Amino acid sequence: MSVYTLNVNGESLEVDVASDTPILWVLRDHLKLVGTKYGCGIAQCGACTIHLNGSAVRSCQLPVSSVRDNKITTIEGLSKEGDHPVQKAWLEHDVPQCGYCQAGQIMSASSLLNRNPSPSDTEIENAMNGNICRCGTYTRIKAAIKTASNSKIV
Amino acid sequence: MSKVKTGMGRRSFIKNVSLAGGGLLIGFNWLACKRSAEESGSEVALEMPDEWFEINGYLKIGDNGVVTIFSPNPEIGQNVKTAMPMLVAEELDVDWNNVIVEQAPLNTDIFSRQIAGGSQSIRQSWEPLRMAGATARQMLIMAAAKEWDVPVSELSVEKGIITHAGSDRSIGYGEIAKAAAQVDVPEEVVLKENNNFKIIGTSRKNVDAKKIVTGQPLFGLDVHRDDMLIAMIVQPPAFGMQFKSMDADEVKDMPGIKDVFVINTYPDDMEREWSDTTSFPKLVAVVGDSTWQVMQAKKALKVEWDLKPELVEEIEILEKSQALRDSGGLENSEIHRTIMNEVASEKSEMIRKDGDPEKAFKNAARVIERTYSCPFLAHNCMEPMNFFANVTDEKAELLGPIQTPEFAEKSISKRFGMDLENIDIQMTRMGGGFGRRLYGNFLVEAAVISHKVGAPVKLVYSREDDMTNGVYRPAYQVTYKAALDVNNNLTAFHVNAGGVGESPLFANRFPAGAIDNYLAESWITDSQISIGAFRAPRSNFIAGAEQSFLDELAEEMGQDPIQFRLDMLKRAGNNPVGENNDYDPARYAGVLELVRDKAGWESSNASSGKGVAAYYCHDSYVAQVLEMDLKDNEPVINKVTCAVDCGIVVNPDAAINMVEGGTIDGIGHALYSELTFEDGVTQQSNFDSYRLIRHREAPKKIDVHFVENGIDPTGLGEPPFPPVQGALANALYKATGKRIYRQPFFPEIGTESKEIKT
Repeated sequence: MSVYTLNVNGESLEVDVASDTPILWVLRDHLKLVGTKYGCGIAQCGACTIHLNGSAVRSCQLPVSSVRDNKITTIEGLSKEGDHPVQKAWLEHDVPQCGYCQAGQIMSASSLLNRNPSPSDTEIENAMNGNICRCGTYTRIKAAIKTASNSKIV
Repeated sequence: MSKVKTGMGRRSFIKNVSLAGGGLLIGFNWLACKRSAEESGSEVALEMPDEWFEINGYLKIGDNGVVTIFSPNPEIGQNVKTAMPMLVAEELDVDWNNVIVEQAPLNTDIFSRQIAGGSQSIRQSWEPLRMAGATARQMLIMAAAKEWDVPVSELSVEKGIITHAGSDRSIGYGEIAKAAAQVDVPEEVVLKENNNFKIIGTSRKNVDAKKIVTGQPLFGLDVHRDDMLIAMIVQPPAFGMQFKSMDADEVKDMPGIKDVFVINTYPDDMEREWSDTTSFPKLVAVVGDSTWQVMQAKKALKVEWDLKPELVEEIEILEKSQALRDSGGLENSEIHRTIMNEVASEKSEMIRKDGDPEKAFKNAARVIERTYSCPFLAHNCMEPMNFFANVTDEKAELLGPIQTPEFAEKSISKRFGMDLENIDIQMTRMGGGFGRRLYGNFLVEAAVISHKVGAPVKLVYSREDDMTNGVYRPAYQVTYKAALDVNNNLTAFHVNAGGVGESPLFANRFPAGAIDNYLAESWITDSQISIGAFRAPRSNFIAGAEQSFLDELAEEMGQDPIQFRLDMLKRAGNNPVGENNDYDPARYAGVLELVRDKAGWESSNASSGKGVAAYYCHDSYVAQVLEMDLKDNEPVINKVTCAVDCGIVVNPDAAINMVEGGTIDGIGHALYSELTFEDGVTQQSNFDSYRLIRHREAPKKIDVHFVENGIDPTGLGEPPFPPVQGALANALYKATGKRIYRQPFFPEIGTESKEIKT
């Protein structure tokens, strides 16, 4: 066990955990930020997607010892009032069914729009392909990303 | 105007006080404290009232007019948590913007059938929930009439405001709620005519949407309590094996590990519910402080396993008793196929016979015979199985994702010899269900572990545990035979269907009733692998197979596939064969006609890559036209047009979402997904080896159309799932020139057809 100081959603937080503990479990079990979801544990489903310095990464494959002072953003910290353009677009299109994968979908989508504000259909499909939605909301997710893209405030 | 008996007494009121007052057992914020204007869609932010008044078990009204409606049924993504309260709010005549929804706990005194299953939530609650709203409305009006000393008949209500036009007085629900709570419950209430609906039939956003997109704790896996331990299970590595021994000493010394022990979830002498299905009643439990620590201990644990002795047991599966015979060995998917072929040809049981099919086949000019098959499937809910349990000798607190809380309560009662009143079960929002969470073995496991360690625990399945310890959709196989005379008329039809542990046959569904000489046969092979309901059980295979066969038949007979079906349905409607046909030919034809129109079927009939299918299940009718082509041997699905008859659509945009999802789910499983066994071991254990449909493979466009007929609502969660598999198979044939008879379809594209045409 070692003490790590992490920058999470703009706050400096300390945790005392084993060095190989994935950030996913640090967030969920130790920091009580449970918006980041466990789906597969092997970076195959995208439910655990967070931002590291603004880019989407799978937190289940990110050991706490590797993060250092890089900035972690989780779904809880994507916006203060839940009003990020991607979140707003998700509400407008009423995307979720069960809702479990949607935090990961939103983190992947917002990362995509960070680097490519006007993605094509193919670019959306490729960027989102690592995020499984078992309920099958893929067509709504794509529509919501396009709405967020067009809002031009990303 | 329909009058209904309320059947509600003081009991539902009294009972509700404890329900609404506290009841929430965990430090977990379930209550919506305040909803923002944006979320509720109203311009005024709603404050929480100072005082609540219980009107009946379904709702309470705050002194400021805010209404809390309890949604009785488990929410698995089918959106009943929005739709069920809409039914109450409609008859209550309240502004939807002033409604807060809470998930009700299991409460058999107030609610009936708190189950997420069979696409029945809306259908079964259509009257009771509206009645609950209407009863409350009537009590509020009666209280206002008494206060003003005017006849009830002179009062009107709009959006929670009661008005007496004669004296120009009005009063809000919040102001009269206290008096209304004291009014005797009326014995009869009047429900609205359909054309007076103001909420039903209008699109309302998912009540949990804001919490979902901001990552608030909603799911079972998100449950936390300060004194809670994390538990995981270690299960046999193969179906057909059982625990022998373990060496846990070193593991018990690992950081954060509290205990390692064997549990017997279902002792041999316990009377099990149908929902207590599992192949692994005996497991090893690892309990510790945090999930990652327990995962590491689980990996390090040395357990020895044995082959199970042969056993025979009777398990009630979905109210139908059937023997599951343990073959005693370790099963193999290839051997399943061999056994299925043997049993299908030797041991079929006749289920229905019309006319003289033997004679018709003997006299046929031509017989067309095709065999279809599918593999096992795992449910793969995105949220793995889990449950919170705090169980002592005296009482049990349970919180988590369960589709059948009422059965789980009985299981806990029997397992611990505990009275039902000492068992509290609450449902979290569920990260998918698809039938897996009908079987609450994980809930009972959590309870047994908590009881043993004497502490609250959250049991967590890893993805591997979830996928390899399933209650699976089994492998099925069906052979269809059709007899044609010299003029290419269909003279006889034979279906012979079965599967591993369960048959997918529905003998009385279409095309039964449309053909003079008809024979339906069924068979089952023995297995020790746990099987159960998976979205649209049994229909999820047989619909696609049947609709593929009808497509091929239409082609052989030189007919348009839609017109071919419509002609058969006309026969079934005008002059049905047999007496037990369980579908309505007119509604069936209705969705086919609608999809033909909306998909532009006739104008582009010659174009490649277009397939149609239609099916009836869960009291609803769905027809789909799927358009696709192949790009570098990968299927590209350009469009799916869906026509749905599920009666009155309560929440249209959410219903469209459900049809879109069911369509994608059906395509995905038919194309890509399979679970295979070698020596009892599942060959897929995570999403690197088990393929689920992804963004790139989803249809580019899905058009959804509903039949408007004013019929009371029927099922919607399941019906769009089965037929699209047939539409896909038929479109694949048009796009590739090859009929594919074996699911999953994708590996078969570009290979030789496995069926020999006769």
